[in-house]
Amino acid sequence: MIRVDRSFLLMALIFALLLAAPFVLPLVGQTYLLSLLIKAMLLAIAAISLDLLIGQGGMISLGHAAFVAIGAYTAAIGLESGIENILVLLLLALLVSGLFALITGALALRTSGVYFLMITLAFGQMTYFTLTSLAPYGGDDGLTLWSMATLFGSDVVQSGGHLYLVVLLTLLLVWWGVHRLGESRFGRVLRAARDNPERTEIIGFSVFRYRLTAYVIAGMIAAVSGLLTMQHAEFVSPALAAWQRSGDLLVVVVLGGLGTRSGALLGAFFLVIVEEVLGSFIHEWRLIYGPLLVLLALHAKGGLSHLLLPVTAPARTDAPRTSEDHAS
Amino acid sequence: MSLTLLLIQCLNGLQYGTLLFLIAAGLTLVFGVMGFINLAHGVQYMVGAYLVFAFHQLTGSFAAAVVLSLAAALLLGLLLEYFIFRHLYGRDHLSQVLATFGIIIFLNELAKVIFGPGTLTIEPPEFLAGSIQLTEQLRYPVYRFVTILAGLAVAALLYITVTRTRVGMLIRAGATTPEMVSALGVNVKKLFMIVFGVGAMLAGFAGVIAAPIFAIEPGMGDNILIIAFVVIIIGGIGSIRGVFLAALMVGLFDTLGRTLLTEGLELVFPPSFSNQVGPALASMLIYILMAAILVVRPQGLLPAKGAA
Repeated sequence: MIRVDRSFLLMALIFALLLAAPFVLPLVGQTYLLSLLIKAMLLAIAAISLDLLIGQGGMISLGHAAFVAIGAYTAAIGLESGIENILVLLLLALLVSGLFALITGALALRTSGVYFLMITLAFGQMTYFTLTSLAPYGGDDGLTLWSMATLFGSDVVQSGGHLYLVVLLTLLLVWWGVHRLGESRFGRVLRAARDNPERTEIIGFSVFRYRLTAYVIAGMIAAVSGLLTMQHAEFVSPALAAWQRSGDLLVVVVLGGLGTRSGALLGAFFLVIVEEVLGSFIHEWRLIYGPLLVLLALHAKGGLSHLLLPVTAPARTDAPRTSEDHAS
Repeated sequence: MSLTLLLIQCLNGLQYGTLLFLIAAGLTLVFGVMGFINLAHGVQYMVGAYLVFAFHQLTGSFAAAVVLSLAAALLLGLLLEYFIFRHLYGRDHLSQVLATFGIIIFLNELAKVIFGPGTLTIEPPEFLAGSIQLTEQLRYPVYRFVTILAGLAVAALLYITVTRTRVGMLIRAGATTPEMVSALGVNVKKLFMIVFGVGAMLAGFAGVIAAPIFAIEPGMGDNILIIAFVVIIIGGIGSIRGVFLAALMVGLFDTLGRTLLTEGLELVFPPSFSNQVGPALASMLIYILMAAILVVRPQGLLPAKGAA
């Protein structure tokens, strides 16, 4: 089933480089870059899940960072209560984020288009404020963790161990999984519902159920990114759920190219690099980043993966305006 | 909880509600007429607050600062419309979100660079500085009263404009069938610009009157933007009456919830539990309200007429 085309080769190249990095970079004394790469990969995991929603499902969520934060906080609270096994923490994070996605998704998906965007934003903000009021777990200031999760007592999943490889493996699995999901019947129905919900409904699919399932899956993947973010930073704070984070995720997805195989990954690396490079020139790098986004919105179409792979990328550049959008 | 305190909280809620109305009204008009989702609306509120601070420093007069700030807020809105938003009306929501997100990032950072990251305060003008004796124990600041009245006055004005005037008729028509309005020979470009300018000025006005009450700081518009979204969802997009009703509801719910909830829980649960859960629940209250209304009425309480 593997279609060997240019986008696939590009991904193989990226993953090969990522795999080589932890062996090469320490030799040239660039261990800081490794931490930066982990950051980019964690961002990419969350962005891939968001692209499942936007690129495949046409559901523009502006509250996706909430799931990252929920994953991170669930794991952190689990750790504080004495659960050390990362697999148990993973299970907990998936459960909590899945449940949250199920409830908020069922409500948010009663609407569509711009309503959906506003509601996800509101739920994200609700999560943010709930986290700031968690006084026993640091409240506003966040929570520094003194012991990290282990894999059956081994430190392989910690920064001192092989966290880099664990994150890389997770990224590979998530990328592969979402890619397969997109190719499957499920993905096709999701895209059909994006392009024409009424027709999809009439054919006999419950658009609501497919969308909700995608929403729950995306939320759970984002929570995995959150769990690993906690493991990497050894710290959690409500800022993880800040709506600007959700905005950044959206930027990553659009920057990379909606619904493309490599888009979210390219976008994530680009954002981390831009932040790092601009930040090293000028402290107020946001004064440049902001107008950059405006220019991007006005002029760029299709994102980075279109620049690199002009022919083969199967993306749609525009998320469609569904008919309910304006009418409601 | 004494009755006096309850009354004060009600007034505070009303004041917060009118402020929310000023912001949400512009947002819903812009969305209703142009189908444009403007995340930068909150940052225009912040700009209003900073403008009144800056002009107050320059001129030393609060009244002059208010007038100058409103003019500057209008100008900023028109400039943004002309150079950026105009080119995004026909585009998908994602491009609009991206562009306006960029504007937020830029203006927040700019405020930080010019005025510093700390909070600024500005005193209410002298002739509004005192407080009124309402009952024997209850005094309430004059300035807050005036903001409530100003908010209500603007609401009435806006309602009359939208329902009774020619421009209002065009706005309502534009919100339902923009193509038809354009086909009938109306200069839609100009109409859009007017709507956008008025929306920007309303947000700026909200920032101006909020400046003496809340702290002025970078990012102050972001949270209120999201609350304004909640208001619009509850009220129904494009509807001034709906926004008004929802803004007052949200203002009262939020303000009263913050004080009543913890005390209410204390009646049932031990204080340590209530003090932890109370604030968390209070900050979730308006979102729970939104969710509940969505379950019953997905289109909002009073959706704009003519919309499907």
